[in-house]
Amino acid sequence: MPGRVMERTMAKMLIPPVQLYGLYVIAHGENGPGGGFQGGVILGASLILYVLVYGLEAGKKRISRGTRDFLLPCGALIYVGIGVACLLAGGNFLEYSALPLGNPKHATHLGILGVEIGIGITVAAVMITLFFETARQDEE
Amino acid sequence: MMEFILAKYNYWICILLMMIGFYAVIVKKNLVKKIIGLNIFQTAVFLFYISVAKVTGGTAPIYTEGAAVYDNPLPHVLILTAIVVAVSTTAVALAIIILIKKAFGTVEEDRIIEMLELNNDK
Amino acid sequence: MLELILLFFLVVCALAAVQMKDLLSSIMLLTIYSLIMAIVWMSLNAVDVAFTEASVGAGITTVLLMAALSRTSREESNRKVSLSVRAPSLLVLFLVTAVLLYGTVDMPAFGDPEAPANLHVAPEYIKHAVHETGVSNFVTSILAAYRGYDTLGEVVVVFTAGACVIMILRKIN
Repeated sequence: MPGRVMERTMAKMLIPPVQLYGLYVIAHGENGPGGGFQGGVILGASLILYVLVYGLEAGKKRISRGTRDFLLPCGALIYVGIGVACLLAGGNFLEYSALPLGNPKHATHLGILGVEIGIGITVAAVMITLFFETARQDEE
Repeated sequence: MMEFILAKYNYWICILLMMIGFYAVIVKKNLVKKIIGLNIFQTAVFLFYISVAKVTGGTAPIYTEGAAVYDNPLPHVLILTAIVVAVSTTAVALAIIILIKKAFGTVEEDRIIEMLELNNDK
Repeated sequence: MLELILLFFLVVCALAAVQMKDLLSSIMLLTIYSLIMAIVWMSLNAVDVAFTEASVGAGITTVLLMAALSRTSREESNRKVSLSVRAPSLLVLFLVTAVLLYGTVDMPAFGDPEAPANLHVAPEYIKHAVHETGVSNFVTSILAAYRGYDTLGEVVVVFTAGACVIMILRKIN
């Protein structure tokens, strides 16, 4: 995109802090408001900002269709994987206290953190995918 | 009388907002306007649940040292799920609207019904 | 007092969003509606929900609606809705409003600590959440630990929405 210097500079300065904030919200969902969904949406929004400023083609070079399609079910698989790990460790499905990670309270805490990360990955990938598919391709 | 209004006004506001969204869904002809009305309706329903969760004198449902009464966290959890489901349904509905525009050339409901009846008569 | 002003603006935004013919303005009013709703929820102490509504409702829904708008027409058509369609709809609306208002007479008062929604399970969660899960945020502990199945279903719903949009739109892109 020729011109548009101000938008591109602001986007270059803003996108890394936005992504850092998204990761912060996912990680600190346990001590304050936040969690997997909110952080995932913020991560997705950072890439949408990139596409809005630099164009759809530049966005497609940054995150290709294969990467998007791969990340989409990753988070759900992480969630179910943690549940199955609890089954294999002897407890019920998604009973985090059965995991062999220290005392049950610690294991529950880590299980919740892992689940939030999984949720964040899927939600970010879905928001990016939704935008890339519904946005007008330049051939129309 | 004032007691009655102060006790129930949250429900009345929710009903008013729900009916505004409902009117848009059933009367307006443009499909995108219907989706906007649906979003207004859904958000009004969430307001209803969150107002049910509030306890007088309660603080936010995050553990703090000196707090005595907390707000009810269970409706918050339900509405968190509901918001994400609402945006999912909005996204799929908009994808179908884009497909309709490609197939019929218009997103006005009465024009589409006319075209479908013309097709059926042939 | 602040809440009453915000609720008044909510109703005004909703009415304006429904009535405008220019769909771009309608979408922007929907964004403002979502944001004011998030502020109302903050004043009701629902911090997680307000965060989610501000990011998802005011952020993602706007982007998706504008993207859909760029591929369909920007103005709603000017043909007026005929009275034969509007009158029965308004009648149905008034009937539904009357029934709902009749139902609110029996509902518990706003903020009542003895309301049935605040008894039974919720005090148990509040009492046991911190020392059973080690997480200070009750909403996160209920979401991920006590009601983990619902959250699993929710992640699958989000994934399904992404998969559906891919299936619907990749053919014509």
